[in-house]
Amino acid sequence: MPNFLEVNHLKVWDKSSGEVILHDSSFKVNAESCLAVVGESGSGKSVTCRAIMRLNKPWVSQSGEILLHGENLSFLSDKEMRQKRGKTMYLIMQHGMSAFDPSTVVGVHLYETLKQHFGWNKHEAAGHMSIAMKSVMLKEPMEIMNKYPHQLSGGMLQRIMIALALVLEPDLIIADEPTTALDTISQYEVLEQFLQLRERLGCSMIFVSHDLGMVRKLADEVLVMKNGVIVEQGSTESIFTAAKHEYTRYLVSTKQTLNDHFKSVMGGQGVAKR
Amino acid sequence: MYKYMIKRFLISIPLLLIISFLTFVLIHLSPLDPAEVVLQAQGVPVITEELMVQTKQELGLDQPFLIRYLAWFASCLQLDFGDSYVTGQPVWSLLAPAFLNTVKLTMVSALLIIVLSIVLGVVCALREGKMTDKTVRGISFFVTAMPSYALAAILIWLFSVKLDLLPTSGMNSLSSYILPVIVIAVSYAGLYFRIIRSSMLNNLNENYVMYGRACGLPEHKITKTILRNSLQVAVSVFCMAVPIILGSTVVVENMFAWPGLGSLSVKSILSRDFPMIQAYVLVLATAFVLFNTVSDMINAAINPKLREGL
Repeated sequence: MPNFLEVNHLKVWDKSSGEVILHDSSFKVNAESCLAVVGESGSGKSVTCRAIMRLNKPWVSQSGEILLHGENLSFLSDKEMRQKRGKTMYLIMQHGMSAFDPSTVVGVHLYETLKQHFGWNKHEAAGHMSIAMKSVMLKEPMEIMNKYPHQLSGGMLQRIMIALALVLEPDLIIADEPTTALDTISQYEVLEQFLQLRERLGCSMIFVSHDLGMVRKLADEVLVMKNGVIVEQGSTESIFTAAKHEYTRYLVSTKQTLNDHFKSVMGGQGVAKR
Repeated sequence: MYKYMIKRFLISIPLLLIISFLTFVLIHLSPLDPAEVVLQAQGVPVITEELMVQTKQELGLDQPFLIRYLAWFASCLQLDFGDSYVTGQPVWSLLAPAFLNTVKLTMVSALLIIVLSIVLGVVCALREGKMTDKTVRGISFFVTAMPSYALAAILIWLFSVKLDLLPTSGMNSLSSYILPVIVIAVSYAGLYFRIIRSSMLNNLNENYVMYGRACGLPEHKITKTILRNSLQVAVSVFCMAVPIILGSTVVVENMFAWPGLGSLSVKSILSRDFPMIQAYVLVLATAFVLFNTVSDMINAAINPKLREGL
């Protein structure tokens, strides 16, 4: 399979303090496959995602090669990069609740994004969004698009972001802990949507999570990060069954302990293991 | 939204009632006998006991306190604030033109303040830490720290005396607005643009900004969104600035001989013209309540969460 996204020697550091956040990351995402990035908080998962989109804070610098379809993103102008964002590569944020402009109804963001990339008017955009939103189990999409973010739940907002991805049809979707802020039931529903999203769009995906159960279900490859360093990468099965690095084994075993505990509490009904 | 506006308006009515009562009480707590003030102002040489009683009757001061308040309040509603103790003219006929002049000055200044603050705030936030930001903040610090009479004097000397471009004082043409408006606006805008700047900087790190960029929205749309969210703090400040300027134009009005409220209020206070002072306080307090209400309404229009709170 051809490499769709290739990241070579990505280094990210804080300009003001000189602190290095990512040391020397190199990894690949194959076409139509899903790479999961796991690791504890502060291990540099989100920074990696934002570095690919070139969306890190202005005081954060990065070096290295990011090749998308063989094109080095580091050399693109701001304007060319802007045209890529949304249309070619799309970011699904961790906190649905704060991802939308709190002062307007969520529809405005959707219309503006679609107008930007497709030149659609409000009516056309609403039509496409309606179909996409219905397919992610958002009933009465027109009503939802006329609501303010605070009037919707985190899970609904997360699904709106997924619905927008369905309309934009990007080649690469980066999901930065999309389920962390959700309750268990919403988590399950959003995971289902991600599975379907992959199926329908046939896109590549980078899926950041510290829920290993979810990773196992969704990802083809796994990247394990710790303190800004990639400690292990490999196929999902090999990571879960034959981890080489001590830290990976530790992650997998803690997950196992949690699961066992959960099972015993729930009386043997392994809901969490899905 | 309309429901919110009506509710918010109704809430301000009891507030105005309380203010009117307090105004009345405070004036009457003054140790001076109004009758004596009137007689003194009229230049009566010997104030006899008889004369005092007679004057009290004329002014209705022999009535019980509450009755006097109600009568005063009822006539206030018809914009009848009584007659000035000093000149004997109706208070409203003196207050209205002065008030109007000050309102004109205030409105023009407020407009300039809003435009200046928003423009400078946005520019400085987008150029944070760069030369533009540092220069604007430096100059504004200097100008804000300068007392307005000093600034007024410098401007008069430069533009009216040396260059002979603008009138030194009075309110004769549009050009007489320029200097007083600059003096007022510069000192306020120097503070307010910082509020917009810091609020913009806070919003810059919000998730919705990142998501907007991740969706490929152009920077000018993102800046607009940030500004709309940043304005919430500023709207309250801007709206309250209007009554504050209305009540604090004394220095500027005196420097530029502006026939407004500031000069009138000082004169009334010095001559203990109670009905004038009462009316002045009431008008200003009403302006405060009014603009507070307006600011809440504008904020509710920007921030949908606030609408549900009432």
